[in-house]
Amino acid sequence: MAEAFQFELVSPERLLLSEQVIEVVVPGTEGYMTVMAHHAPLMATVKPGVVTVKTADGKPDSYVVFGGFVDVTPDGCTLLAESAVHVTDIKADELQRRIQDAKEDFEDATTREERAKAEDLLGQLTTLEEAIKAV
Amino acid sequence: MPSLKDLRNRIASVKATQKITKAMQMVAAAKLRRAQEAAEAARPYSQRMAAVLANIASNVDGDDAPVLMSGTGKDDVHLLIVCTSERGLCGGFNAQIARLARDHARRLVADGKTVKIITVGKKGADILRRDLGKNIIDHVNLREVKQVGFVNADEIGHKIIGLYNEGAFDVATLFYSEFKSVIAQIPTAQQLIPASSIGDAEPESAGDAVYEYEPDPAAILGDLIPRNISVQVFRALLENAASEQGARMSAMDNATRNAGDMINKLTMSYNRQRQAQITKELIEIISGAEAL
Repeated sequence: MAEAFQFELVSPERLLLSEQVIEVVVPGTEGYMTVMAHHAPLMATVKPGVVTVKTADGKPDSYVVFGGFVDVTPDGCTLLAESAVHVTDIKADELQRRIQDAKEDFEDATTREERAKAEDLLGQLTTLEEAIKAV
Repeated sequence: MPSLKDLRNRIASVKATQKITKAMQMVAAAKLRRAQEAAEAARPYSQRMAAVLANIASNVDGDDAPVLMSGTGKDDVHLLIVCTSERGLCGGFNAQIARLARDHARRLVADGKTVKIITVGKKGADILRRDLGKNIIDHVNLREVKQVGFVNADEIGHKIIGLYNEGAFDVATLFYSEFKSVIAQIPTAQQLIPASSIGDAEPESAGDAVYEYEPDPAAILGDLIPRNISVQVFRALLENAASEQGARMSAMDNATRNAGDMINKLTMSYNRQRQAQITKELIEIISGAEAL
């Protein structure tokens, strides 16, 4: 049995999850990563994606997050999400709205940097949409 | 001297008013509880955010720090973000915040600085428009918003950062009312940019292990600080929502009590007058009988 650690998923509006978990898969900006107990202290930004947790009793659970950052300390792991919902609660039109926003941002972008940023976001959201459909 | 009928009407009208204020007080109490819960629920996020920021700020050199944290190095143009409520009938709540903001603005103007104001909520805008109308550059309407969400705060946050990046101001201060208790709400001014308070919180210790950053600390900090501004605004809006309901509750409690006093007084003079009339009629009857 793998060792458990404390994981917290917090959005500005509320604390979504605070539990002992075995592993957490986090969509980092530079790629998905799995955090387990005794992970080296780490701080990373998070892109829109699906967070998968395996709780101490072995049940898997998923949440959709829209950006944020993750802080791994020796005592546990905290994910501060800009916005987070349980995967079953995600509304298709909410996602569509975000995709639409991203598209508009992309079209309105004036500098190359902004354009690249909007394109990244759009790509991430589309991937997320496909991932959610698959669930 | 008002007639008996007039008095009866006044009593009925004051009673109706009392019913309304009583109902408003109870509604405010229910809303207050919800607002407090929302503020409570948002607390973990801002606490962790402060801890993480302190942690990361201690790892970034002063030179690398984003401009949002270090400031522009000037303080010529000040931006005041004044958060008030959309509705009235909540005692001195809006007036207190507006007064604090106005005094602050006057002081700055006296020092020869430029003042720009963004108002959030209709009531504050109405008060400030009177003598600082030309300084108001924008207004955020939350009329249709039942429960402030992070989205609303984020919008304001983006607006502020957008203005900052255009070089529209050097220092930003947020005005709101901090919720202490139902009877005490304290108007507060908080400096948002440059974010001087970051680093005050105790950094979480990572033991002896070296923190890994992905991407590098400066990039994370650059991402975090704008988000932190939205979080601060969100916190202010939630505090404000709770304070507003608290203020309304005590204002309506006062109003209900005043209406009660008034009813007592009116009933007293009504009864006195009724008695006087009865006595008068009796005297008329008796003197009429004696005359026979």
